[in-house]
Amino acid sequence: MTGNLLEIRDLHKRYGEVEVLKGVDCTMQQGDVISIIGSSGSGKTTMLRCINMLEEFQGGSIRIDGEEIGYETMGGARRRKKEKEIARQRAMTGMAFQQFNLFPHMSAAENVMLGLVKVKGMARDEARGVAEKWLDRVGLAERRDRYPGQLSGGQQQRVAIARAIAMNPKLMLFDEVTSALDPELVNEVLQVIKDLARDGMSMLLVTHEMRFAFEVSNRVIFMNQGRIGEEGNPREMFIKPQTERLAEFLKTSTFN
Amino acid sequence: MELVAFLETLWLARIPILKGLGVTVSISLLAILVGTILGVGVGLALTYGKGPVRWLVRGYTDFIRGTPVLVLVLASYYVLGTIGIDLGPFQAGVLALAVFCSSHVGEIVRGALESIPKGQTEAAKAIGLTFPQTFAYVLGPQALRQVLPAWVNTAAEMVKASTLLSIIGVAELLLRTQELISRTFMSLEFYLFAGFLYFVINYGIERFGKYVERKTSIPS
Repeated sequence: MTGNLLEIRDLHKRYGEVEVLKGVDCTMQQGDVISIIGSSGSGKTTMLRCINMLEEFQGGSIRIDGEEIGYETMGGARRRKKEKEIARQRAMTGMAFQQFNLFPHMSAAENVMLGLVKVKGMARDEARGVAEKWLDRVGLAERRDRYPGQLSGGQQQRVAIARAIAMNPKLMLFDEVTSALDPELVNEVLQVIKDLARDGMSMLLVTHEMRFAFEVSNRVIFMNQGRIGEEGNPREMFIKPQTERLAEFLKTSTFN
Repeated sequence: MELVAFLETLWLARIPILKGLGVTVSISLLAILVGTILGVGVGLALTYGKGPVRWLVRGYTDFIRGTPVLVLVLASYYVLGTIGIDLGPFQAGVLALAVFCSSHVGEIVRGALESIPKGQTEAAKAIGLTFPQTFAYVLGPQALRQVLPAWVNTAAEMVKASTLLSIIGVAELLLRTQELISRTFMSLEFYLFAGFLYFVINYGIERFGKYVERKTSIPS
């Protein structure tokens, strides 16, 4: 046990011949809010998706609270853990997606309840209470019985965040959660994330919102061609980038 | 009065017609039921099956779908007998229709499952659901809604295909009708009447399908 909430060591990920992650190391403490920035194809989303095993990875290790995620090494051979074990480990993290991915055949409250009842084994009444509490927290108390098709993009994304956070994860993963939203709906989602950050939730965010990354995170990771190009606190990084690559990337990014 | 004469004959022949109708309904229901159960398995194998299982089931569906139903009925009755599986005409017929139905339902189920966005599975995984849970609560219910219209179609096709069992001597509605016609020579009247009964069955299936669709539709 190192005391790190998240510990990524020498992470390698290949799609066939193409290596998209070429040895990523990263550690994270309880309560850290880390933004991962970088141009598309730099591997930032892939890295995030390895953490909850939505992507397989071929080398290196990921630990959450000291527990090795996804694979185990026995007698020198690396093996994927059993599906049931991986499902349990996935519940340690929560994830919000670019496309929201709400379950369209369930109301907002049922979306939040599903994991509570089926994974956490909560009674329906209790789960309903937890779901209502979280929907209230994201400002959607009166929409809890609406279906995803009856909600705006921003509202859907807030339900999706409530669904993830209600599971009480140790770590929240946000994968470009505002990229699919109309500009006027971005802020309501960012506000929810800011509130979570203020409450001490540990978060890892892949984002294109530079101002948001600057405001909300205590550390920024700049991904470049499958490696970490630069990392540090946002103020120093954004004002005095140490590498040519980051300087260039920041120039082409908008800070609105 | 020809109509009165027909109605009188119809009344006299009510028992064989009702029996025929009963047989047609039983054949159809059994074929649809067994075909659907098999078909869901076929659809799952086509969607999630690995390597050999997938190829085998793929071969099965392509072969069955490429074969005329009548050939399946005849093969089931005459060919299975030669390899020691002796089925009566009713059983053989139901088997042929069920197999035919399963290949169609299999394709429908596969299509429905593949049309569900990948993000649904990912979101389910992300909250910690296992695959069986993901299927039961997320994929299955969505696929079911997609499957319904095409499934109703297939069910109606099975009712129509049940007429082919008259060839191997199953006394279903069409065969009963033909027997009546050969005795009464009222061919137009009885064919129309039989057609009307088939329409009623299929209309009922269609209404039932619409009802379930309405009941399960997702508010938006």
